[in-house]
Amino acid sequence: MSILIENISKHFGHFQALSPLSLDINEGEMIGLLGPSGSGKTTLLRIIAGLEGADTGHIQFGDRDVTNLHVRDRRVGFVFQNYALFRHMTVADNVAFGLAVLPRKERPSPTEIKNRVMHLLEMVQLEHLASRFPSQLSGGQKQRIALARALATQPEVLLLDEPFGALDAKVRKELRRWLRGLHDELGFTSVFVTHDQEEALELSDRVVVMSNGHIEQIDQPGALYASPNSRFVFDFLGNANVFEGKVENNKWHNQQASIVLPNGAEQKDGQLYIRSHEFFVSKEPTAQANLPLRVIAINPIGAEVRLELTPIDWQSNDVWEIDLPHKAFDKNCFEKGQTLYVTPKAGYFFAHDAQQPVLLNWETEKAKTTEKA
Amino acid sequence: MGKYMATHLSAAETRPRHKRVLPGLSLSLGTSLLFISLILLLPMSGLVMQSVDMGWDRYWQVISDERVVASYKVTLWAALIASVFNGFFGLLLAWVLVRYEFPGRRILDALVDLPFALPTAVAGITLATLYAQNGWYGEILESLGLKVAYTPWGIVLAMAFTSIPFVVRTVQPVLEELSPEEEEAGMTLGASDWSVFRRVIFPALWPALMTGIALSFTRSLGEFGAVIFIAGNMPYVSEITSLMIFVSLQEFDFPAASAIASVVLMASLVLLFAINIWQARYLRRLHGRS
Repeated sequence: MSILIENISKHFGHFQALSPLSLDINEGEMIGLLGPSGSGKTTLLRIIAGLEGADTGHIQFGDRDVTNLHVRDRRVGFVFQNYALFRHMTVADNVAFGLAVLPRKERPSPTEIKNRVMHLLEMVQLEHLASRFPSQLSGGQKQRIALARALATQPEVLLLDEPFGALDAKVRKELRRWLRGLHDELGFTSVFVTHDQEEALELSDRVVVMSNGHIEQIDQPGALYASPNSRFVFDFLGNANVFEGKVENNKWHNQQASIVLPNGAEQKDGQLYIRSHEFFVSKEPTAQANLPLRVIAINPIGAEVRLELTPIDWQSNDVWEIDLPHKAFDKNCFEKGQTLYVTPKAGYFFAHDAQQPVLLNWETEKAKTTEKA
Repeated sequence: MGKYMATHLSAAETRPRHKRVLPGLSLSLGTSLLFISLILLLPMSGLVMQSVDMGWDRYWQVISDERVVASYKVTLWAALIASVFNGFFGLLLAWVLVRYEFPGRRILDALVDLPFALPTAVAGITLATLYAQNGWYGEILESLGLKVAYTPWGIVLAMAFTSIPFVVRTVQPVLEELSPEEEEAGMTLGASDWSVFRRVIFPALWPALMTGIALSFTRSLGEFGAVIFIAGNMPYVSEITSLMIFVSLQEFDFPAASAIASVVLMASLVLLFAINIWQARYLRRLHGRS
């Protein structure tokens, strides 16, 4: 079922949790609401569910206007962050709850309910736990039971609030893949909230990045990564190092450090965002850049080695992070405390007066503007 | 087994002792036991000794005396009605105090403890004055043909008044800790408000509510000060067991007083143990069995 959100806003006391925002979700789509805490993503999810009322605007499920419909009549599946399983009920009774509270006319017979519950438990691969109580389950199991319970009434919309937040990395990954499979198989429309960019990019068809009650950007994961359209999205998607530069003689300067402007770049002061893997590393400055850094930590992470570095004789607010393939790392044999020089291959430039970034590329020596999504 | 224990112990001895904030088990348990012995067990054994002296026949004669048995009935019924009433009303009061913000909530919250703070005799006299035929409430009830003061209903009233805090104060913290998510989960699954209360909230409150009612009941069994002023104390009609003890004492028949007291004591103990065992079972299910 498609979901249409129009001009929804909400405030709590003097706090504007959501500024009027609109969002169009297609049938069968999986949408990730991504943002830091306090960005309004959970509020938006709760408004879609009907657990919270919006101050303005309206919401439509398909052709049905549900703005003033009570939660219990919206027929959405909702999975809570802490699972919210009923502690005094067995797993089977938890899953059966949505069927057991149906009005008598619509309620299936007890045997039918039992069969449906067993089927759902098979689907989440936990049929052997039917008679356990929630306190006897692990986090991952609770999460799957919460999902089975939400799906028992066969909702067409599934809403998940930080569904994998409290789980360890391995279980999270498994559950993510499993949820995506379930979504594709059953064809419901899903909206989930997360503050984990990896989760959002991996799971969603489209990601909605939010901050301060606004939608910053809506895009497919690939497009979002390739062309973030604001400083916020850039910062939040992470893994970018920021170089604050003043233009002089076709170079951006920051105290002793400098980077040569690529061809065609505007002669403006601003910030250069460079992703952690878009660098050459050398022991001497290059013709293109003079960025001395000191190695403060070396962390092997999967296929790459991450170096943490602090600037020498220039200013940066954050520690710089640079990812190198093991080969490149082994060739150079960097050690803690050593000085090294980095040269950007590509980056995004935000002039001080600009909201939109310009994509810069030293390798092809071509600059082009990112298209607004 | 013995070998295992030995190795286990020696391993424990070599391990560095974990420092705790409070002094260790031996000291704290010792102090607690001493205190309990002095203020609880010693008087209780005195009570038993007194009644043992009199011999079984005399004991049975005293506790099965017709007037005393009538007082058991009055006390039990009144305590039962009072505690069940408190179960409803106390739950409602706790609910209002926890779930709603309204002016004067804190004052109401403090007032709940008043029956604990007030000397029970003062409560009894006040209630008797209010509910007497010419009292503020008594007049109104009289015109409706109801008589409360100096009847068994007066006993119920006094008992309910003095023991209501037990229910409110046991239910309140549990209600405060209930996660709103469980209620919301119930609603998203299509349950009506009543369904959510009956299937989600009430089962969570049930153990605390039962404990509150049981405490209220046992407190009512032993209530004296508040009750005698309003009960009327008519033999076979509105005499409570505590009064029978008091009467025996006034006749300097200490063994008889102890005998009747031991019956009240046993009843309270059995009830408290039963409720504790039941609650432990129920809570184990909620918080995980090993």
